Amino acid sequence: MSHWIILPIVLPAMLAPFIVLAARYHIGIQRVFSVAGILAQIALAIGLAWQAADGTVTLYQLGDWAAPFGIVVVADRLSTVMILLTSVLALFVLLYAIGSRWDERGRHFHALYQFQIMGIMGAFLTGDLFNLFVFFEVLLIASYGLMIHSGGNERLRAGVQYVLFNLIGSTLFLFALGSIYAETGTLNMADLANRVDLIGEEATVGIRVASVLLIMVFAIKAALVPLHFWLPSSYAEAPAPVAALFAIMTKVGAYAIIRVYTMVFPPELEATAGLHGLWLLPAALVSLALGAIGVLAAKKLDRLVAFSVISSMGMVMVSIAMFTQASITAALYYIVHSTFAAAALFLITDLARAGRRDLALTPQPVIAGATRTAGLFFIAAIAMTGLPPLSGFVGKLLILDAGFATDMATWIWAVILISSLVSVVGFARAGSVVFWKAQSIDPIDVEEGVDMTPPSALAYTAVGGLVAMLVAHTVLAGHTSGYADKIAAQLFAPDAYMSVVLDTPGKLSDGSYEDGEEY
Amino acid sequence: MSLFLIVALPFLGALLPGLMNSAGRAACAGVTFVVTLAAFVGLMTNLPAVAAGEVVSVGVDWIPIVGLNFNLMLDGLGFFFATLILGIGLLIITYARHYLAREDHMGEFFTYLLLFQGAMVGIVLSDNILLLLIFWELTSLSSFLLIGYWKHLPEGRQGARMALTVTGMGGLALIGGMLILGNIAGSYDLSVILQSKDVIQDSPLYLPALILILLGCFTKSAQFPFHFWLPHAMAAPTPVSAYLHSATMVKAGIFLMARLWPVLSGTPEWFVIVTTAGLITMCLGAVIALFKHDLKALLAFSTVSHLGLITMLLGTGTKFGAWAAVFHIFNHATFKAALFMSAGIVDHEAKTRDIRLLGGLRVLMPITFVIATLAALSMAGIPFLNGFLSKEMMLEEANHTTLFGMPWLVPVLATFGSLFSAAYCFRLIGHTFLGPVRESYPAKPHDPGFGLWGPPAILVVLVVAVGVAPFLATPMVQLVASAVVGEAGAFDDKYIKIWHGLVPALYMSIIAVVGGLVVLAMFKPLLRAWDAAPRPEAKTIFEALISGVVALAQGISHTLHNGAFSRYAAIAMITFIAVGYHAWQTGTVGEASRVIQEAGPVAIAGWLLLVAATIGLVLMHRRRLLALVLIGIVGLMVSVGFVYFSAPDLAMTQFTVEVVTIILLLLALNFLPKQTPVESSLSRRLRDGGVAILGGVATLILSYHYLIRDAVTGPISEFHLANSYKGGGGTNVVNVILVDFRGFDTFGEIIVLGIAALLIYALTETLLNGPVRARLLNRRPDQARAGDVHPMMMVVLTRVIMPVVLMVGFYIFLRGHNEPGGGFIAGLIVSIAVVMQYMASGFNWASDRVRFPYHGVIGAGVLVAGLTGIGSWFVGKPFLTSDFTYVRIPPFQEFELATAALFDVGVFLAVVGAVMLSLESFSRLARRAHDKDSDHPMDIDPSREDDAQAVKGA
Repeated sequence: MSHWIILPIVLPAMLAPFIVLAARYHIGIQRVFSVAGILAQIALAIGLAWQAADGTVTLYQLGDWAAPFGIVVVADRLSTVMILLTSVLALFVLLYAIGSRWDERGRHFHALYQFQIMGIMGAFLTGDLFNLFVFFEVLLIASYGLMIHSGGNERLRAGVQYVLFNLIGSTLFLFALGSIYAETGTLNMADLANRVDLIGEEATVGIRVASVLLIMVFAIKAALVPLHFWLPSSYAEAPAPVAALFAIMTKVGAYAIIRVYTMVFPPELEATAGLHGLWLLPAALVSLALGAIGVLAAKKLDRLVAFSVISSMGMVMVSIAMFTQASITAALYYIVHSTFAAAALFLITDLARAGRRDLALTPQPVIAGATRTAGLFFIAAIAMTGLPPLSGFVGKLLILDAGFATDMATWIWAVILISSLVSVVGFARAGSVVFWKAQSIDPIDVEEGVDMTPPSALAYTAVGGLVAMLVAHTVLAGHTSGYADKIAAQLFAPDAYMSVVLDTPGKLSDGSYEDGEEY
Repeated sequence: MSLFLIVALPFLGALLPGLMNSAGRAACAGVTFVVTLAAFVGLMTNLPAVAAGEVVSVGVDWIPIVGLNFNLMLDGLGFFFATLILGIGLLIITYARHYLAREDHMGEFFTYLLLFQGAMVGIVLSDNILLLLIFWELTSLSSFLLIGYWKHLPEGRQGARMALTVTGMGGLALIGGMLILGNIAGSYDLSVILQSKDVIQDSPLYLPALILILLGCFTKSAQFPFHFWLPHAMAAPTPVSAYLHSATMVKAGIFLMARLWPVLSGTPEWFVIVTTAGLITMCLGAVIALFKHDLKALLAFSTVSHLGLITMLLGTGTKFGAWAAVFHIFNHATFKAALFMSAGIVDHEAKTRDIRLLGGLRVLMPITFVIATLAALSMAGIPFLNGFLSKEMMLEEANHTTLFGMPWLVPVLATFGSLFSAAYCFRLIGHTFLGPVRESYPAKPHDPGFGLWGPPAILVVLVVAVGVAPFLATPMVQLVASAVVGEAGAFDDKYIKIWHGLVPALYMSIIAVVGGLVVLAMFKPLLRAWDAAPRPEAKTIFEALISGVVALAQGISHTLHNGAFSRYAAIAMITFIAVGYHAWQTGTVGEASRVIQEAGPVAIAGWLLLVAATIGLVLMHRRRLLALVLIGIVGLMVSVGFVYFSAPDLAMTQFTVEVVTIILLLLALNFLPKQTPVESSLSRRLRDGGVAILGGVATLILSYHYLIRDAVTGPISEFHLANSYKGGGGTNVVNVILVDFRGFDTFGEIIVLGIAALLIYALTETLLNGPVRARLLNRRPDQARAGDVHPMMMVVLTRVIMPVVLMVGFYIFLRGHNEPGGGFIAGLIVSIAVVMQYMASGFNWASDRVRFPYHGVIGAGVLVAGLTGIGSWFVGKPFLTSDFTYVRIPPFQEFELATAALFDVGVFLAVVGAVMLSLESFSRLARRAHDKDSDHPMDIDPSREDDAQAVKGA
């Protein structure tokens, strides 16, 4: 029995209480453990991804109970790539939090950070819908804690909206789970896929409503318009490293949609035919457009970046909504890109704060470390807006190409291309005000009380690391997109996954229920 | 040299100037020059192959899944452009070294320049059109950086943004066009696409592809109506204007039209769009150029005009047109770059570029005068200079072109354009260099050093050489034009000649030159008329457009995201209901498979209470204390409901949770106003009420639907019921599910609880360090406080029952595995025991007696639960695998020991810690608010000496 697969969840779950218990008052020790924990996560994730690379699906039965009666954790290509992405992101963001000393500005940063990682890892690994709900709760409550880290009126206000909106989402999740359980009597995803197939065409409303309720839960997490309202303020007001870590949170929603709606409710399933296909793609296109409009309209740099996240999630969702192997491939490629790009931009926004009163898009004197920050901003903005040569462009090409064959091709192309232009204009205006126009302001006007200390080398290293990831994702695009294609292939042939989950015996599997008749 | 290296060199080299900035200006320029020279030499090593008509190509796969591969090819066209780019690049670098001022950041400049150069070389060497797109957009980006190089100048910033917007828009259109093109042809490689003329032109997608591609080309090459960005790009330093905005980047659009000429041209659509755009641009640019007083603006519009000329030639779709276009590309690059550099010299030395302030420079700057005059005369189309030759060919081609069925249209417009072209060239010479020397210039002009005049001089040598001996250029033009039309040896050399005989083109040329002189003679009245005439100012329109779009975007974005949470929630709820309704309404409702049970009087009574409490809550929610009581009733009724449906575990949990929640809420209410103010209008409340009712009805229908139907197959709970004792060692199935079957969920949930408590603590901590602290210190309770805050009766009672309650908790914990109970409930009960002490004797007194930090209790709880799970690893079982055994320790009876109980200890600790930490956080607020809270267990204590004092203190 290999326990590696549960470690990405158990490790932070043990590390966080340990930090609370033993190192509550020692920021130095907290940092050591936190960083060590994330490094271990990366090693684990690499190992698991390696193991899954050849298509192996690894199962872990918690409490030795076989699915669907107990909870299982499953590592396939998709989930291992997601945890690898999470752990790499977590490392750079954590280094930034330490380098910029954000972690000192409130209590329990590192413990909450580890809990947050635990929640995300659990969401990516679990094979059980109710367990997914539990991990959604873990990551929601931890993210709320991180979001309001170090306080401040605006931040607390945004935090309340964030947590309230997401509690609405959690409630809906419970409704959806209740509906699904009432309809099928199970919550294990693989088992669910089998049972949903049994539903006859004479009684489909139950499962239809359940399936749309569930997808809307995930759409909230993925910030799909019109369920995105929680995002702009909370991402803009959150401490920069937290906002950067949140870049993966929206992807949790996207991941869940990919997972559940390729395996449990695949597009060809008759019982739920003509449902999400109808409105998911239009909603995604509206997200994309509205995000771009928000970028152009933003009056503060952090808000601009928040809207660019909505826009890039729109791109991801456009691609997912097509539900073809090519489009899921494109979506996966774009998810990796968008995670690093958004995180980098949030951190760069924080770098730009050095020496500015606020992040309003008004000319203010030259910031400390302006050249480096401006250069990083330029690169990250190129990535985010999908201009060549970085991965945003490659992702855009993949999505456009995947959209070529669909009925909505004209719409998809028009919205993607025009939104890109609007974003480019928005970013160019913002960058030119913040970094160029500053040169025309007399430095004598620098106000009292503005901290002009340039950001630390560690902070720059962390941002540089994220940018390097974007570059690597571009240079190695042949490999990454090729692997995304393999992931998509595995998703569209879920039988292997399902048989591993359902056919592996567990405790008491010596006959009493094996044949499915006696229980 | 490998094509890869030629493209890569400028990019790799781009790092050097930036790094070497501290090594000095000469080092920066030097290293840039060497890098460019290396690429140039590398390119030349391929000359023999290209001259022999071979197509040099290399490639590696990059992103095969989408067909984007790093394939490069070098044919005549690519070679020609690459030579222009690198050759003129060398001259520009030399020039820029001497042009930039001491305070300009040289490393930055050359880094950008090399980035641009690499991107440009990439465009012309790309075989893969998606790769070409990447380089294409890179030129836009590097051009953005170069135009905005002087960051302090508003014109620079605006010009940069305008250029990026316009060319970026074209670039995006081009992406679309290229993808369509590749999809039609089945490949993104030019080598394939260029062979697929018929497939492409027969495709229904030909027109969209053509339009999108031409949008890209026209924006890049500043064709009408996208010509306006180019003059504003002149805010860039002059070397940039000369390099990007006359010789190379703006030719990228032309290059692409020439590159795709074999497959796209020859259709009526191509002919009409391209020729018309070219003609209009040519005439418009020439006319505007005449009236510009800024030397660079004049040259910018003349560039626009000449780009139009080339575009028109490509648009005709004939081989001769392509031939003339190629020749003019070369000629224009030489004379225009020379002119820009001359204008830069004038600006550099005289400190102005305003023609009205100049004149007479012939005497002061003789070298510059000669260079500029020769270049300008070439542009005007004077014989024995290269501009004459290609302009003659253009006029010849115009004579054979019929547009819109009017054979005279193109020749007349072409002559008109040439006439104005000649006129502004003469004005440039006449008003800048000729005429009397002025009394004063902004600075005393004189010829600069060789570094500045050398590069344009070299170009002018080419201008004259080709003009006098056209046969020098013939092989080159032949090679390139063959590559454009895609047929080797398609041309003979009869075209390029100074003397063609008395052909119409010659007459048109004469008309143009003479007319140009006449126009210049009439310049003053013409200028007055021009200034008086109303003209649309492209910049104003563009900026109005952009600010209009921004205003619109702000209108949409700020209206939608106005920060009102109730509206966000309403939108979300309506979305849920609408989407759910759609799913319902498109599905089929099956037969009910269950019979609803009869509701007994108890159930109805409970139901009525629940409904009454809820309605009461809606009506009286503004009175917060009352609302809390009503919430308590709702909670209790839910507990009763659980009892009614035989779920004692859930009932106990719900009940204890209710108690703890209400107590914590009471504590919180202590710091809040007693009333909720009315903050929303009646209409909004009605809206919210409507949404709520809708949501409620939907929930009702859905619940009812599921209640009367069985699951499709037996639910998994049947397994849990059957195996609880056998596999989990407990008869209480709920507890076995919690700690065993689904212990992992519980593990997650206690973590949620723990985080919540940590979060409350962290929040309190930040609040206390912030402005809230002062508010708390100055806070006055809005109600009179009880005289006897900690009554003796309560103190005594709570002390007495504490051990009892703890015992109950312990009992509940132990029986949990088989009877209703368990760690969660026990934790809540124990917490209640402790909370009662806080209530009875105050925060100060109780907190002082806490021996264990609650953080630690939470941490320990999670750790214990986790370690229990990990323990099963050592017997080779998965995380959280339970085991149990029955032992008998005399004198006790046989009892069960289960690892699940240890897990339950973790749950217990986490619950206690979480509740108590939340309580402590509130107590910290409270202690801050009234620090004088007594340290004694009760206010009136008969056994205490300072009794009277204590009462006063309270």
